[in-house]
Amino acid sequence: MRKWNSLFLSLLLMGSLAACATPPEPAADGEEGGAEGTESVASSSRLDTVKERGTLICGVDGGIPGFSFVDEAGDYSGLDVDICKAVAAAVLGDPEAVEYRRLDSTERFTALAGGEVDMLSRNTTWTISRDTSVGLEFAPTTFYDGQGMMVRADSGIESLEDFDGRSVCVEAGTTTELNLTDKMRKAGVDPEVKTFQQADPAYAAYDDELCDGFTSDKSQLIARRTTLSNPEDHVLLDVTMSKEPLGPVTINNDSTWFDVVKWVTFGLIEAEEFGITSENVEEMANSEDPNISRFLGGEGDLGEGIGLDNDFMVNVISAVGNYGEVYERNLGSESQFNLERGLNTLWTEGGLLYAPPFR
Amino acid sequence: MNPHPSFFFVVYPTDLNPNMTAHTPTSPALPPPDVRPTPANWVKQNLLTPWYNAAITVIVGGGFLWLAYGFLLWVFTQAQWQVIPANLAIFTAGRYPDESYWRLWVAVGIIVTLAGISWGVVARNVTLFSRNVLIGLGVAAVICFILPIPVVPWRSLVVFMLVLLAATAWIGQQLGKKVPKLGQYTTFAWLGSFFVYLWLISGNLGLEPVKTNEWGGVVLTVFMAVVSIAICFPFGVTLALGRQSDLPVVRLFSVLYIEIVRGIPLIAILFMGQVIIPLFLPEGMRPDRVLRAIVGLTLFSSAYLAENVRGGLQSIPKGQEEAAKALGLNSPLTVSLIVLPQAVKAVIPAVVGQFISLFQDTTLLSIVGLEELLGMSRSILANPSFIGRYSEVYLFVGLLYWIFCYAMSLGSRYVEKKLNTGH
Repeated sequence: MRKWNSLFLSLLLMGSLAACATPPEPAADGEEGGAEGTESVASSSRLDTVKERGTLICGVDGGIPGFSFVDEAGDYSGLDVDICKAVAAAVLGDPEAVEYRRLDSTERFTALAGGEVDMLSRNTTWTISRDTSVGLEFAPTTFYDGQGMMVRADSGIESLEDFDGRSVCVEAGTTTELNLTDKMRKAGVDPEVKTFQQADPAYAAYDDELCDGFTSDKSQLIARRTTLSNPEDHVLLDVTMSKEPLGPVTINNDSTWFDVVKWVTFGLIEAEEFGITSENVEEMANSEDPNISRFLGGEGDLGEGIGLDNDFMVNVISAVGNYGEVYERNLGSESQFNLERGLNTLWTEGGLLYAPPFR
Repeated sequence: MNPHPSFFFVVYPTDLNPNMTAHTPTSPALPPPDVRPTPANWVKQNLLTPWYNAAITVIVGGGFLWLAYGFLLWVFTQAQWQVIPANLAIFTAGRYPDESYWRLWVAVGIIVTLAGISWGVVARNVTLFSRNVLIGLGVAAVICFILPIPVVPWRSLVVFMLVLLAATAWIGQQLGKKVPKLGQYTTFAWLGSFFVYLWLISGNLGLEPVKTNEWGGVVLTVFMAVVSIAICFPFGVTLALGRQSDLPVVRLFSVLYIEIVRGIPLIAILFMGQVIIPLFLPEGMRPDRVLRAIVGLTLFSSAYLAENVRGGLQSIPKGQEEAAKALGLNSPLTVSLIVLPQAVKAVIPAVVGQFISLFQDTTLLSIVGLEELLGMSRSILANPSFIGRYSEVYLFVGLLYWIFCYAMSLGSRYVEKKLNTGH
């Protein structure tokens, strides 16, 4: 059954690809079919495959500042990459045992469905259709983003309503573009929308004053603002045009593997709440506090329940640190972006990060 | 027949048309030109008279100078070039492990040695270091010293390669005079050296293995292009012959293959290779991604190449084949000794054009996630230290592609000249 479904799906994809040389559309076919095409056999989990292989194959974008890129030493780094490393450290005990697979936004779900990658850590927004009909499982959100709007400070634009007769630059083929149209229609204005296939020329056009506003995810706007010719001349409007919860993704119907990715991600958040960092994790392992001791595998058997060693979180935290450290290193004060934590702080500090209890 | 180092071609008998001797039509002597053809006179005659030509020259020249000035101003004052030297290793070999980097240099060393020997053999009867060659080497050396690349290992090794090239060329020339068959040996050495490169790059058999996942940059681009070119040429020739065949099944298969592949965009074939094929295969069976890319490129290019070669086959007069048959050659010999050499020679420009476009088509693999030169640039541009440096990066990458494509173009011109035994 599976084979025939895949065959049908592939023919469909092939047909649509052949019909139109531009690839963005077919992803939709891939997403639809992914659900039917991947009724994985319950007996063998991805977890066993990964352990047997000895490396984790992690799908990343490879070209998003702060999330995944190649540094001067030739290593992948970024927030998305650190999540891959965390999972590899938990499962295999070695954060470097990761094979990174760069995936385009159009092929990411097909690659996951086809088993090309074990997990995605690729700026994927959690939506109901992806969770249900596309057939994915979303691990906890690792970055709460939202679509924002950047304008020149002296342009006099203060809200979306001021955009009547003005122009907005946006990257083509993204949900950002659709959100922009929706929000502008709601605001009752009709700006000129200039779309660009790639991010770099789009920002260059904005910098050359070819458009009055630029819309993208806020994290990206802030990151890119530093590269404009006069960064201080640009401000972000106080609007959030969409919710973009981004997180790691695994395939449906493999709850063993999904649990691993889910609880490793929760573990990063819980570690920050306990105040466990990559520096003090060794001491904390001998902590008197039963909660911390259980969390780090000193007592109890939390790891065994998900098919890992009991001290799996020790490996994770010594490899990448807790969520706060990961954030600060890649996006926050230790990076060029100096991005505020915003929604990405612990629930105890008014943010959205909340891990269920480890017990 | 002169043995010559040939990358892509088998060595053909070159003097096949002894009955076609060269004729140059004689014409009455022309009167001497009115003015001496000095550059100044040429400019005066062609660019400045009459007055409207002068006006056009000034406007176009002014516009050109203005653009050139703007560009140079940007290059020397505004552009921030540190992104290139800082990431030179990544542009070159992607995430190739540092401790195995020496293997790539050894591979380059072998290529340079072979190139030097081949050059020496080809030029064994002329002055090796003519004025132009010396100028070329000098310019290359000066560029090496001007470029802000790290002295160790880059600059010293590049200079070493230049010296190696000159030295092996001299050795090749001296040897070539003594060993007449050296040309053929070098051709075989080129073919055999491929396996050495493969071993050096991928490891195993005593070397630390490096998975294809860690190959990248120029190394991956060149590797995929060279292997695809080497495989697609014989494949394309076979298809072209198949399409001309008298056997209906063979002909039908060739026509079907060529027409189907030519009807599908390359990117669709690459997507099928990278994303769709794994859906059919059982869990855990994953052919190497670079291999899949090479197969995709080869399948695609061979269909186009077949049509190029078929054009050449059709340009060969029927009489050639009949004459060969009359001499008692059987079909395989007729094709391999009489028809193909002439046909391929006739279509060298088109075939090399196909190779160049195949080289450039490797950039499409960045869309399916391989870290070749263009894909790697995207990752470098996402590095927070270098965000927004796209003009510099893309200019540099474009220059690299141009160098490779122009080298191929020069090679094809040389081969064409070498094989030009016609009129």
